[in-house]
Amino acid sequence: MTLLFDIAWTHIRGRLRQTVVSITGVMLGVGFSIAMAGLMQGSQDDFVATLIDALPHVLITDEVREPPRQPATRIYDAVAISGLQPRDDRRGILNPTAVTAGLRVWVPGTFSASLSGQGVIGYSGKERGIALTGIDPKAELAVSAIEDDIRQGSFAALTATANGIVIGDTLADNLGAKFGDTFSITSASGVRRQFKIVGLFHTGISASDNGVGFVNLKSAQILFERPNAINQIKIHLEEVNTADIVAARIEAETGYKAVAWEEANEGLLEAFKIRNTIMYTVVGAILLVAGFGIFNIVSTIVHEKARDIAILKSLGFRQHIVMQIFVLEGLSIGVLGSLAGSALGFSLCRLLSAIKFEIKGGPAEITHLPIAYEPAHYAIAIAFALASAGIAAFMPARAAARLNPVDIIRGAT
Amino acid sequence: MTAAANNGRQPVIEARNVTRILPETVPVTLVKDIDLAIFPGDFMAITGPSGSGKSSLLYLLGLLDLPTAGEVLINGRPTHDMDETERAAIRLGTLGFVFQFHFLLEEFTLLGNTMVPMRHLGRFKGAAMRERAEYLLDALGLADHMHKTPDQLSGGQRQRVAVARALANDPPVLLADEPTGSLDSKSSEQVFQILTDIAGRDGRAVVAVTHDLDMAERMDRRVRLIDGRIVADTVQTANTQMAEPA
Repeated sequence: MTLLFDIAWTHIRGRLRQTVVSITGVMLGVGFSIAMAGLMQGSQDDFVATLIDALPHVLITDEVREPPRQPATRIYDAVAISGLQPRDDRRGILNPTAVTAGLRVWVPGTFSASLSGQGVIGYSGKERGIALTGIDPKAELAVSAIEDDIRQGSFAALTATANGIVIGDTLADNLGAKFGDTFSITSASGVRRQFKIVGLFHTGISASDNGVGFVNLKSAQILFERPNAINQIKIHLEEVNTADIVAARIEAETGYKAVAWEEANEGLLEAFKIRNTIMYTVVGAILLVAGFGIFNIVSTIVHEKARDIAILKSLGFRQHIVMQIFVLEGLSIGVLGSLAGSALGFSLCRLLSAIKFEIKGGPAEITHLPIAYEPAHYAIAIAFALASAGIAAFMPARAAARLNPVDIIRGAT
Repeated sequence: MTAAANNGRQPVIEARNVTRILPETVPVTLVKDIDLAIFPGDFMAITGPSGSGKSSLLYLLGLLDLPTAGEVLINGRPTHDMDETERAAIRLGTLGFVFQFHFLLEEFTLLGNTMVPMRHLGRFKGAAMRERAEYLLDALGLADHMHKTPDQLSGGQRQRVAVARALANDPPVLLADEPTGSLDSKSSEQVFQILTDIAGRDGRAVVAVTHDLDMAERMDRRVRLIDGRIVADTVQTANTQMAEPA
């Protein structure tokens, strides 16, 4: 085998400039794909992390997914009833204290029960719709990161002010209301209450900045005329990745619809999958182009070294040994390019993560590009580079192995 | 040692009714109905005018080419139904080739070139392999050039390296295709002397294609080809002045 390496090496060395170009091609392919994968993965991780922070890991609502089994189907196997709607129970989650206590036993995490509903704000002649959530401020802060987005006032001030409300800053601007102002909210059932702004938040998500408000749970229950009722339980788990398992079990035990964050953001995660597919396609294309470079150099060497091939074959080198020599040449270029590319990729990742961005309006003034350092990215890029190098070298190598030494010897004479 | 003296002994290479036709649009017959046996110790010249099929016959005997009809036997073994791998193995261990052009690997030193067949076969390994390569090059008068590359040598020197390489695995047969064809007369004489020395030693057969009739005259056995057929196979006992195996 060392003999084959020696021969392959002399061939590569003899074509130094072209070899360097080919290695550079593989290096750039591997390097950029690693950097790109790191960036993509990094931004995805960052996004998911933000998402997980901002949203409850599991959200239990008072809905049910399946309509209840009808008495007839329970008794007779042959009976099937179709077209049933799941029950819409206006009573909310029944006996919330018992449900929460039951979950606390086995779910590792924090809970916040809330009552949500729609209302209309009236302020200085203007009317705006608002999605109102009644919460226990302390419990809510344990499951959500809303405190980080508070611009003025505080979330905890709700505890002190019974008729306090925390709304998005855009909504306040639209109403012309300022921190400390008081306005009225009318619920669908016609109840009207006064609320005082004790906090303004800016999440950057315009839908919530312009249409969401938080009040004390009691206020909400009065406003919506649903005393002691709740219709949502938010859960913040200690272990995020167990969300879907926990949600499924909660649903099985309580019968209420429990949605894990993965399910709630299925569309988004699906979009990430598509994004990754696109990324790997582009990366594959880059490495394919690098493969053509290898094909080119190995073909050239085969053409140039036809005489050597004839010599080796006349000396008794078998076809597949001759082929191995040339495949080895392609693979060597692939290996060298992959090593250099890994170094390049790592440096690029370092460089990218060092770049600072100033984002206006965000709570954090300066931010960095999120980069993920995953060994898998390196492994995939290298595997793809080596595979394309091997295939690219295989074709000319096979041609070399099939050369008839007599033709070449005759040609030389 | 002559062909006549080999009656009853097994030939190292035997061609039986060998014909080779190139399948071109107009088929070209290179050699036709060749019957030829090469015995251990033979020192044989294949002569004939240009295009008479000398080299083609040598390639067929050396399993570099396949006959269209007939068969070639190596040590009594038929080769026509062997696969490429088996034929390559025979070339590696049993046959040594020297071509008109030295055909050395340009990037390897003389030592490196000589060791290529040994490294591939593995019969000689490590220090023994290196010693053998040095011994061969030394015997061929190249002791001072072992670490040079072929481009630093004269034509005659390169051809001697090719001989050293052909002998590397100690094959019982050496096949040479116009070994002195591209050399000046002094180098030619040197290379011919080497071939003469090799022939017969330890029973090694040397077959050389040549158009140099003077050279052929000095060899033990002469096969003459015209238009792809053997027209004469003469054995000459008077000229065996080189050393018999000790």
